[in-house]
Amino acid sequence: MHKIGVLGDYDSICAFAALGLDTVSVESVKEAEESLKNMASGSYGIIYVTERYFKELGSVIENYRESVTPAILPIPQASGFLGVGKERMKKFVEQAVGSDIIYND
Amino acid sequence: MAELNVNPTRMELARIKKSLAVATKGHRLLKDKRDELMRQFLDIMREAKDLREKVEKGLIEANKSLAIAGSVLQREVINSALLLPKQEVTLEVSKKNIMSVDVPVFSTKMRTSAESDIFSYGYAFTGGDLDLAISSLSNVLPELLRLAELEKSAEMLAGEIERTRRRVNALEYVMIPDYRDTIKRITMKLDEAERSNTVRLMKVKDMMIAENIEKKRRENA
Repeated sequence: MHKIGVLGDYDSICAFAALGLDTVSVESVKEAEESLKNMASGSYGIIYVTERYFKELGSVIENYRESVTPAILPIPQASGFLGVGKERMKKFVEQAVGSDIIYND
Repeated sequence: MAELNVNPTRMELARIKKSLAVATKGHRLLKDKRDELMRQFLDIMREAKDLREKVEKGLIEANKSLAIAGSVLQREVINSALLLPKQEVTLEVSKKNIMSVDVPVFSTKMRTSAESDIFSYGYAFTGGDLDLAISSLSNVLPELLRLAELEKSAEMLAGEIERTRRRVNALEYVMIPDYRDTIKRITMKLDEAERSNTVRLMKVKDMMIAENIEKKRRENA
C-alpha cells in the first residue's frame, strides 16, 4: 500500500485534499526540502510537487531518479505557469536520443 | 590508435582473439538492447507528451476556479469544506521489467466511482467555483496518475539508454579497434620473426654448401 502526496504552497494544492490525496503545504524552499525528504523515505509512491518548488529542489529530486518509488513529478501551481514539466521531458529525450526529436516544434 | 601493451607471442595472440570475439558479441547484444530501449522510450514519451499537456490544462483550469473561489470564500470555509474527503485513492505499486530496467506500474482504486459523488461538503456555504475546481481536478486525476507512471518510466529508461549508449560506443570505438590493432601488430611481429628465421636458415645453408664446395676442391687439387 502506497500513498500519493502533493507538495506545494497551500493555494495550489488544497483542492487535492478533496480527492483523498495527502497534501503537504509548505511556505519556504527549506521547508519543502525537508518535507520532500520525509515523504520520500515514507511510503509514498507518487509525489506531485508544484513547479516552483520542483525547480528549486532539482538536486534533491535527482537522488530519487534510480529508485522505482517515489515517482516525483511537477504540476502547475496557482500562479504563473512555468512549463517545468515540459522542460523535464525535453531533457529526458535529449539524454536518451542525443537531440530533441519530440519537442522540437 | 592505442594498442594494448602485451608481448607479441602466440599465446597472447590467441588470448586477444578470444577477447575480440567476446567484445564483438557483447557489442551486438548491447546495440540490440539500446535499440529496443529506445523504441520503448519513444513510445512512452509520445504518450506522455499529450497526456502532460492535457493534465496541465486541466490543473490550470482547476487552479483558476479555485482562485475565484478563494476570493469569494474565506479560507476557513474552504478548509472545512475539504477537511473530510469522500473520495479516496489507494495506490498499489508493482514493477515491470523493460530490458532489465525495473519501472513502476501504478494501479489505483478510487473509493467512490460516481462522478457526482466527489464533493465532501454541502452546497449551502460554498460557491459553484469550488465545485468547478474540484470536478476539473477529479477529471484529470486518472490521467495524472497515469502520467506519474509514464514519466517515472521515461526517467529511468533515459538513464539506462545513456549508459547503454556509452557502453556500445566504448566497445565500438575503443575496445574493438584496440584489439584489432594489437592482433595486427602481433601477427606482423610473428611473421617478421618467421621470415628472419627463414633467411637465417638459408644463409646457414649457403655457408655450409660453400664450405663443402671448398673442401671438395681442396681434395681434388
